[in-house]
Amino acid sequence: MTGRLRVFLAGGLLVALLLAGVVSNFASGSPDGLDHAARQGCTFNADDEITGGTCMAQQEQEHQLADSPLADYGIRGIDNEYLSTGLSGVLGVLLTFAIGGGMFWLLRRRSPEEGGHALGEDLASPSEPSDQKA
Amino acid sequence: MDDVQAMHIANGIINGPVSAIFIAIAMAGLAVCVWRAKLDLDDRLAPMAGLVAAFIFAVQMLNFQVLPGVSGHLLGGTLAVILVGPWVGALCVSTVLIVQALVFADGGLTALGLNITNMALIGTAAAYLLVALLLRVLPRSSRGLGATALIASVIGVVVAAMGFVAEFALGGTADLSITAVAATMAGTHTLIGIGEGLIAATTVVTVAKVRPDLVYALRAFRAPIRAKAAVA
Repeated sequence: MTGRLRVFLAGGLLVALLLAGVVSNFASGSPDGLDHAARQGCTFNADDEITGGTCMAQQEQEHQLADSPLADYGIRGIDNEYLSTGLSGVLGVLLTFAIGGGMFWLLRRRSPEEGGHALGEDLASPSEPSDQKA
Repeated sequence: MDDVQAMHIANGIINGPVSAIFIAIAMAGLAVCVWRAKLDLDDRLAPMAGLVAAFIFAVQMLNFQVLPGVSGHLLGGTLAVILVGPWVGALCVSTVLIVQALVFADGGLTALGLNITNMALIGTAAAYLLVALLLRVLPRSSRGLGATALIASVIGVVVAAMGFVAEFALGGTADLSITAVAATMAGTHTLIGIGEGLIAATTVVTVAKVRPDLVYALRAFRAPIRAKAAVA
């Protein structure tokens, strides 16, 4: 990995950490499009409990891992909402980067063994048949 | 207003047999993606794909208001297709969905096949077809790339939402009119798609300005200028 790529990745990761760690606290708390559709047909009281009607939300069953320490984008035991949401976001970004990055790194073509497909080869020889990605 | 909401299909909304079928469909789809992704992934694309997955996780937490009482969030398919290609991109979105289901209890485990099929496979496939087409016909500029991201996002998100409607038609547990569900999903997701499109366009245009060599779609879907000149 080149130094320039490392700088780009670090910058991108920093943006993701700020979005998940800070900006996430300013996200809308309204139901999203899917949840909105799931609630159509039912009436709700002030505590957001279903009081009548027919809707998908009535059929919802609890998540198998609802007791997860990071369930619902918070950290159990941290009462401050901002801290709880922000830290769970930071952990999620780091975890996703580690799992995704690790998996993709293991799946990648090893450039030295595949001489003809070395880094940058795609750009240098666009007419090569193996480059037809579309 | 500051709680991040659960945002994917929960357990129970689609019945067990249909959920199981979609787990099989999702696994088959992901197997194809892994097979094709191996051809794309190299020392440069692999870490970039990790970053794209992490970025999608972050942006999915940022619900934006689309109507009074209704919000939406990015799904990520178009962004992923443009930055890392369709096969790796579908795996990026899947990684996010799996982390969310296993660690954040968002999106039921039984419903994981449904969520992966809609957002990682169907939404990404629609985005891929549109990106591949639009980059060939739109101007070779930041505006062309931005417009590609916007249009592919709107359609990709609505198509992903229709994936849910199809699953609901096959195995929905609530006694509701399919057309009513389809209309609600299409309406809100058109607006959500516009929001997603603005985020995706901003992101890919920024990356294209800083490191155009890291944008998969510019390498793969636009005929290289030099090759064109050589042919002419």
